[in-house]
Amino acid sequence: MAGLLELTVAEAAAKIASGEISAAEYFEAWHGAAAGDELNAYLWQVEDPANYEVEDGPLRGIPVAVKDIFCTEGAPTTAGSRILEGYRPPYTATAVRQLDAAGARVLGKTNMDEFAMGSSNENSAYGPVLNPWDRDRVPGGSSGGSAAAVAGGLAPCAIGTDTGGSIRQPASLCGIVGLKPTYGSISRYGMIAFASSLDQCGPLTRDVTDAALLLAALQGRDPCDSTSVGIEGGIAAPSREDLRGLRFGVPGELSGDAFDAGVRENFEATLAKIESLGGEIAEVTLPSAEHGISAYYVLAPAEASSNLARYDGVRYGRRSENSADLLEMYENTRAEGFGPEVKRRIMLGTYALSSGYYDAYYGQAQKVRTRIAEDFAQAFAAVDFVVTPTSPSVAFGLGEKTDDPLSMYLNDFFTVPMSLAGIPAISIPSGLAAPEGGGPELPVGFQIAAPAFAEQKLLEAAYALERGIGFEARPEGVDG
Amino acid sequence: MIDRDQVLHVARLARLRLSEGEVETMTGELSGILEHVDRIAKLDLEGVEPTTHVVALQNVLRADVPRPSLAPEVALAPAPEPLDGAFRVPSPQADA
Repeated sequence: MAGLLELTVAEAAAKIASGEISAAEYFEAWHGAAAGDELNAYLWQVEDPANYEVEDGPLRGIPVAVKDIFCTEGAPTTAGSRILEGYRPPYTATAVRQLDAAGARVLGKTNMDEFAMGSSNENSAYGPVLNPWDRDRVPGGSSGGSAAAVAGGLAPCAIGTDTGGSIRQPASLCGIVGLKPTYGSISRYGMIAFASSLDQCGPLTRDVTDAALLLAALQGRDPCDSTSVGIEGGIAAPSREDLRGLRFGVPGELSGDAFDAGVRENFEATLAKIESLGGEIAEVTLPSAEHGISAYYVLAPAEASSNLARYDGVRYGRRSENSADLLEMYENTRAEGFGPEVKRRIMLGTYALSSGYYDAYYGQAQKVRTRIAEDFAQAFAAVDFVVTPTSPSVAFGLGEKTDDPLSMYLNDFFTVPMSLAGIPAISIPSGLAAPEGGGPELPVGFQIAAPAFAEQKLLEAAYALERGIGFEARPEGVDG
Repeated sequence: MIDRDQVLHVARLARLRLSEGEVETMTGELSGILEHVDRIAKLDLEGVEPTTHVVALQNVLRADVPRPSLAPEVALAPAPEPLDGAFRVPSPQADA
């Protein structure tokens, strides 16, 4: 069966369409692989795939690992939280329905940082996910289960969500492709809300072609999400062979101490690769980007504190027993149901929105957001793309940063500005580098950002660069 | 940056009961984070429009046509204590 697991999604879909392999045998092969999960990547897996009918479509017979933040009718959906333990939603998220309509089907639900708050997956109430490259290290987060499943040979592809880097950073740390599309390209209906003005669904895949294939099925306007607009003209398979005529902007603010030596070396080698493919490197300035983390850690917790007010033990999820009155029931339910990071962010957000602090924090953060979007607009007047490393370091050790929330937040330094600006960005594997403390080499990710709704152009460039880099490394024991 | 009394006040607003230990760690951690975040409070951003939403959309409307929604028993099924088509909760007053 190993042969089937080595195929990319695009290859498998073509073979299923031509009848060379059957949808059932392909799904069975992945169902077997997923059952061998030793990474804690899955929180739930489908039990009897034989009973599932699949639609005819471009993803016919393709199993997809779905982050446990997407509601799936009748199947457990926890968002990595105790407070939703045992919850089975009465409806399915639009993103998942669209995958179904294209012929794909859910293989399982993947582990994640609680309510998508985290950069290491250590904030899951169901235990951390292990990085398939080194099981003593984190896979990144918050879509760590989805990234580890694809990198670890437990799923051919996955979907996740990205609020400040939660698709791109784990993709980088696990050596796969992760795409955060433009805010509004994919419906958020049925995607459990963290920070509604930032949350966006996207694919985690082995290569850029597969990312395009999934995005084509996921994107679209949804009457159930009035902020969704879709991508005009849809998405086609990328085919560009070189980077001639394209300009790549490197932010001048990227200073040497912002990231590890190994990441820096790889970043520079990738810039040289872009030039060898005919692309041009230019310097751009993003003067407000340095305030991205501060603005993000006001805006996202503020929105979260409001969104998470719904977990009160009344309509769904867990309720604390033996409370004397209603207020005590609310307070006990939330105290027992939420983990430390979620409590921290609810507190931070509630504080930032509270009377007397609103203008100084929330109002200022919204203005910084405007400035960052303006920075990007100015950069895109001169270049086609802005490029950075995806993460300041390769995968770090389990427990290494859990005692210092601020140092964990600084992991999102390169990914947060694009989220604030709402623009699309992709992380592709660009090589391996040794971690700062020594040890075997681990994957490094290269981030490319484009103007809003320029996904096709972004995918074309990423595809050409991916071919130029020729990243072939896999974790030990993983084929394909 | 933030003291114990403020932490307790915010916890009440957020309907979170914190243990003694949590109050202590939260005071220290939130102070550290706020110190970093405080950089933006000091920026001069007079005249900059705040961004509430990144996509240029206004008044997205749909036709007002009735369509089926979840049946009451389906919507109530995930509730901890459904009761006769409603959500049962403890009394708002302890002695009532």
